[in-house]
Amino acid sequence: MKRLSGFILFATICLILPIIFPDNYYVTVVGLTIFINIILAVSLNLLMGYAGQISLGHAAFFGLGAYSSAILTIKYGLNPWLAMLAGAAFVVTLSYVLSRPILKLKGHYLAMATLGLGIIVHIFFVQADELTGGPDGISGLPTLSFLGLAIDSDVKWYFVLCSYMLLSVLFSLNIADSRAGRALSAVHGSEIAAQMMGINTAKVKSHIFVFSALMASIAGSLFAHQQDFVSPESFSFFFSIELVTMVVLGGLGSTFGAVIGAFILSILPEVLIVFEDFEVLIFGAILMVIMIFLPEGLFVALKNKVAAFLAGRQEGSK
Amino acid sequence: MALLEVKNLEKRFGGLKAISDLSFSVPEKMVFSIIGPNGAGKTTLFNLLTNIYTPSSGSIFFKGQEITNLPPFKIARLGISRTFQNLQVFLNMNVIENVMVGCHLRSKSGLIASALRLPSVIAEEKNVKQMAFEALEFCGLSDYADRPAGGLPYGILKKLEVARSLASKPELLLMDEPAAGLNDTETAELCQLIKRICDSGITVLLVEHNMSLVMEISQTVLVLNYGKLLAEGTPEEIQRNPEVIAAYLGEG
Amino acid sequence: MDQLLQFIISGLTVGSIYALVALGFSIIYNASDVVNFAQGEFVMIGAMSAIFMLKAGFSYPLAAFIAIAITAGVGLALDKFAIEPAKNATVVSTIIITIGASIFLRGAALLIWGKEIYGLPPFTTNEPIRIGSATILPQNLWVMVGTAVTVFAVKYFFDHTKMGKAILACSFNKKAAYLVGINVKRMLLVSYGLSAALGAAAGLLVTPITFMSYNAGVMLGLKGFCAAILGGMGNSMGAVLGGILLGIVETVGAGFISSGYKDAIAFFVIMLVLFVKPSGILGKGEAERV
Repeated sequence: MKRLSGFILFATICLILPIIFPDNYYVTVVGLTIFINIILAVSLNLLMGYAGQISLGHAAFFGLGAYSSAILTIKYGLNPWLAMLAGAAFVVTLSYVLSRPILKLKGHYLAMATLGLGIIVHIFFVQADELTGGPDGISGLPTLSFLGLAIDSDVKWYFVLCSYMLLSVLFSLNIADSRAGRALSAVHGSEIAAQMMGINTAKVKSHIFVFSALMASIAGSLFAHQQDFVSPESFSFFFSIELVTMVVLGGLGSTFGAVIGAFILSILPEVLIVFEDFEVLIFGAILMVIMIFLPEGLFVALKNKVAAFLAGRQEGSK
Repeated sequence: MALLEVKNLEKRFGGLKAISDLSFSVPEKMVFSIIGPNGAGKTTLFNLLTNIYTPSSGSIFFKGQEITNLPPFKIARLGISRTFQNLQVFLNMNVIENVMVGCHLRSKSGLIASALRLPSVIAEEKNVKQMAFEALEFCGLSDYADRPAGGLPYGILKKLEVARSLASKPELLLMDEPAAGLNDTETAELCQLIKRICDSGITVLLVEHNMSLVMEISQTVLVLNYGKLLAEGTPEEIQRNPEVIAAYLGEG
Repeated sequence: MDQLLQFIISGLTVGSIYALVALGFSIIYNASDVVNFAQGEFVMIGAMSAIFMLKAGFSYPLAAFIAIAITAGVGLALDKFAIEPAKNATVVSTIIITIGASIFLRGAALLIWGKEIYGLPPFTTNEPIRIGSATILPQNLWVMVGTAVTVFAVKYFFDHTKMGKAILACSFNKKAAYLVGINVKRMLLVSYGLSAALGAAAGLLVTPITFMSYNAGVMLGLKGFCAAILGGMGNSMGAVLGGILLGIVETVGAGFISSGYKDAIAFFVIMLVLFVKPSGILGKGEAERV
């Protein structure tokens, strides 16, 4: 299985870490944030990296999943898994309805429309306080349990989120190497040529938009249960921008690029905390510098360098 | 019955008539060429046939079915494919993947099945790769299969577009200036390729400026001038037609 | 009805500010095909600089002038150090570069001026003027008049000066402009400076009404982007029109529906416009060439 060797290595590392370091803050606390961010970045990369459709509002679907779980379990006493499913169904419906008109747009217009969607949803979280608890949010979600086992510790959450994260990465890798993935890349490369190859471009874009929103919604539900709390802050315009940054930082179109981008951006605040007020400044500077000098992204640039080096050695040995 | 039939086709851009009252029909299994001076409306005609532009009036039939207002992907599904004058290769993919996109219509795995990589997907994937490789071989590109399309020379990219179209097993292939920018050797290769495409049972509709190529491989030639049909006939008839000569020499 | 008049007055005021920001957007977009997400930060930097110049003891006009100069300098630096080095960047890349720049500038503002909220005194007395049962503050008039004067000055610059025409030439066709001897790089630089100065002017005009803090530029920038799209991306006068329209729609909408949803109304409107006519009010449709 050469195709999945990178994935297997990655999965092994992720699953062994908490066994070696069960009480390490960076593994079992920061690790959870990293996993959520990886899931979101990988799902956004399906849309942005594969299909080439920018979205500045991905946090909206993440937030809708989280709020659906919080509201349905606390206010309506629904079973957490049913609430997650209901949230997912709502997000799928909403994203499907919006996908056609939104994805007809290109470039800056698409950026504007997705940004607008993200901001409207965020304002709704803040303003509809009867339902969402307003700026204070909602706390006290019921414990999620799986096959009778309550997920009530950081280590248990580690394995739950890690499994979903690995599943997302696997799905993303599988899609890249398939008819569906090639159709997305074709849309990215030339929409007119894609159409001439018989690809219903509007449908393909709409499907990946919905799929990516669905992944984010489930991540949101899990996040709400894990944090035991939801508030509008977690789903703001800035978080959408951060997600885009993760994808671009690692390298658009590469699943592991998204993974690495999410990883770096998740631990950055932990590292930058010593700089206190400089955090925002440094974050902005990194974003600019990477985009100006390594527009293909850290991971992809590195991968290309290694590939070129290996090719050079092969040439040399001939 | 003709494979492709165009009736009273017209396209206006603002006040300008790019194509006016054009009718012709293309029989099966032949090379049918469209020539004309620059700005005669040849590429516009291709864009109308594939509904990248919507005709202002008139109608287009393929195998007796009206396709005038079908979206391009549905036209492709009926068996029409095309190459582009300004290349539309997927530069973000490698060569074999480009051609595998051409197999889109001959395979069917959806997004969910692909994400789960069901056994049917694995089997189909193998099959698609095989079909794509055959198309590459047909066009003499098998050595390039794993190269990224991005860095390849122009001549190779032109062939790649042909391979990609052939992979969809079309009945009608529209080729928009395939020889433009090619050197003499490449043009000679292209000539052989077009002949082999036609021999394999595919009808070729060709827009081309290279007259010797057109005269060598076409059974019928249609001349467009200012969006209107100037003449239609065998290569010999066209070469002898005084109106055509005048149009090309810029008289009148 | 009186309420409506009052809403329209405040709508025109905010709309004027949006118009200036949108004009800045469209100048940069025309010159370099970049949507500058740091446009809102120009507004913030202009206002904050003026506030601190005033505190440092400069007279109001001088403080305003220095603030505009500082912001223009930031604009030049943005082009020189972030846009120019990334020549062949894709649309997505430039969006992210300018978002990075906006975060960077916000971070710098946070370091220099802290998180406090500041205000500027109104330009002249603050006696409300009554129009029927509605009132208008002198500063609202200042905003509208200041915007009008600035817009006409910009229009004059592009229509009647050699440099303005050269910038327009760059926006139509960079290669051709270069071939006829226009220094394209310099024209881009001027566009960024000009656009930043416009942002600073907007900041100076609006701060006596709405206050300013290090992160207040974000929403203003996004609204300016909305306005620019509403008017038709790249159409300067469309941007101005879009700004004023957006201000009025937003204020009237907020007044009659709910002020908490004010920003949501603006974005809702812009999404509807995009769905129905993506090229904006004055924009032209573009056909893809194959």
